[in-house]
Amino acid sequence: MEECLNARSGAELANSIAARAGVKLHECYQCGKCTAGCPMAHAMDLMPRQLVRYMQLGRMEEILGSKSVWLCASCHTCVERCPHSIDIPSLMELSRQAAKARGRVGVKTVDMFSGIFMQNVKMFGKSHEALMEGVYNVTTGRFMQDMENVPHMLKNKMVGIEPHTTNNPEEIKALIERALEMGGEDA
Amino acid sequence: MKRCYYFPGCSMAATGKGYQQSIDAVARKIGLELVAIPDWNCCGATAAHTMNERMALALPARNLARAEQDGGGMEIAVACAACYSRMQYARQAVLSSPEKRAEIEAIIDMPCSGSNPVISFLELFSRPELMEAVQAKLTKNLNGLKVACYYGCLTSRPSAIARPDDPENPMQMDRIVALTGAEPVAWDFKTECCGASHQVDAPKAAQPLIHRILTNAREHGADCIVTACPLCALNLDMRQSKIMETFGGDYALPVYQFTELLALCMGVHPRDFGLHTHFTPAVGLMRNALKKGGDQA
Repeated sequence: MEECLNARSGAELANSIAARAGVKLHECYQCGKCTAGCPMAHAMDLMPRQLVRYMQLGRMEEILGSKSVWLCASCHTCVERCPHSIDIPSLMELSRQAAKARGRVGVKTVDMFSGIFMQNVKMFGKSHEALMEGVYNVTTGRFMQDMENVPHMLKNKMVGIEPHTTNNPEEIKALIERALEMGGEDA
Repeated sequence: MKRCYYFPGCSMAATGKGYQQSIDAVARKIGLELVAIPDWNCCGATAAHTMNERMALALPARNLARAEQDGGGMEIAVACAACYSRMQYARQAVLSSPEKRAEIEAIIDMPCSGSNPVISFLELFSRPELMEAVQAKLTKNLNGLKVACYYGCLTSRPSAIARPDDPENPMQMDRIVALTGAEPVAWDFKTECCGASHQVDAPKAAQPLIHRILTNAREHGADCIVTACPLCALNLDMRQSKIMETFGGDYALPVYQFTELLALCMGVHPRDFGLHTHFTPAVGLMRNALKKGGDQA
């Protein structure tokens, strides 16, 4: 599934992502305010400022292989403070989807969590925190994560066992399927 | 007095149970009628927009569509920061162009015009009408209690979607909480991110965020944190003791929802909204603060 982007296909993908995010890449003059305010920067391998720079250069390989696109928390501090309001969270998100479509997942647990969350919604129409965490722990093999909090939750009935669904979960399942069938554009 | 639609969100049935109970208690006291959107569904939270933009807009749009079926155009108040953000995104998408609206309607298989405005609980409660109604029902006060109002990301940003009073230094919650006599401190991490679901799926990377928020609150003299979101509260409360241990922090800050402080000062019994169920012990500080504060003048 892995595919290498050359200078031309890289630039095409960068431009298409920028267009969908409503970003004019040339407007970024690399001031670095995005990186300065990013709460996840300490864990990123590509700073938000660098992400935009690589996109300007059409170098999508570096971006698609990065952890950063998976670690962005979508907090929107960067775009809020950007002198040109460059929508970096959207660039991150669309790059993440492009990476995933090419079988490249920089932080597997992040991808798994989103998948489990949406499976949950597809099944019930609503999300179940406890069930989600349980499935996540089993799927990732991190069996003990957050388990120290379970007795407290059980004791205080914060873990719902009563049914918590929409009237017709099939309706939500169909909705999600229709949305996904329309595709993720050229991601 | 005031009637609006209410979108509770999924957390309210589980870890946000106490928040929900405090909302119900306060609403009862001030005659605020919160009408749950009939047969509401999950807003998709962060997971949906991570994966697919159309799915991320359609899920909350279905809730908008359900709310507008009665044709009244009544406002929709949302108590969770992430649900609020997603509902706003969906509404603004529907209003953005006829094509986008048609696409969303096709996915949800329902008409959706975006006729009902979406507001956050902070906006709702900071309106003069509601502030007065709250004020009129307060019987006790928290004079002298120093609180750090924590807004997090999504009630503040992106400002074009969230429409806060000020994206860098929002004051809505500060003003509401000040009604109780508590003193909101000026601090730096009001709108810093708590890491949201990364606390589950990338905990090593995300834990420093909580440590920094709590450290800054303590450094600015706060006795506790106040939030307006079930996930912000869960992250700051449930994960606190472990993070404090891991990073050698020195805070131990109880975390309250702003509606819990209001309910307490309206004389609602703390058991009725599960104050004892917080992870970081939360009863003692309130007991002392109420004793010190006494009755409303």
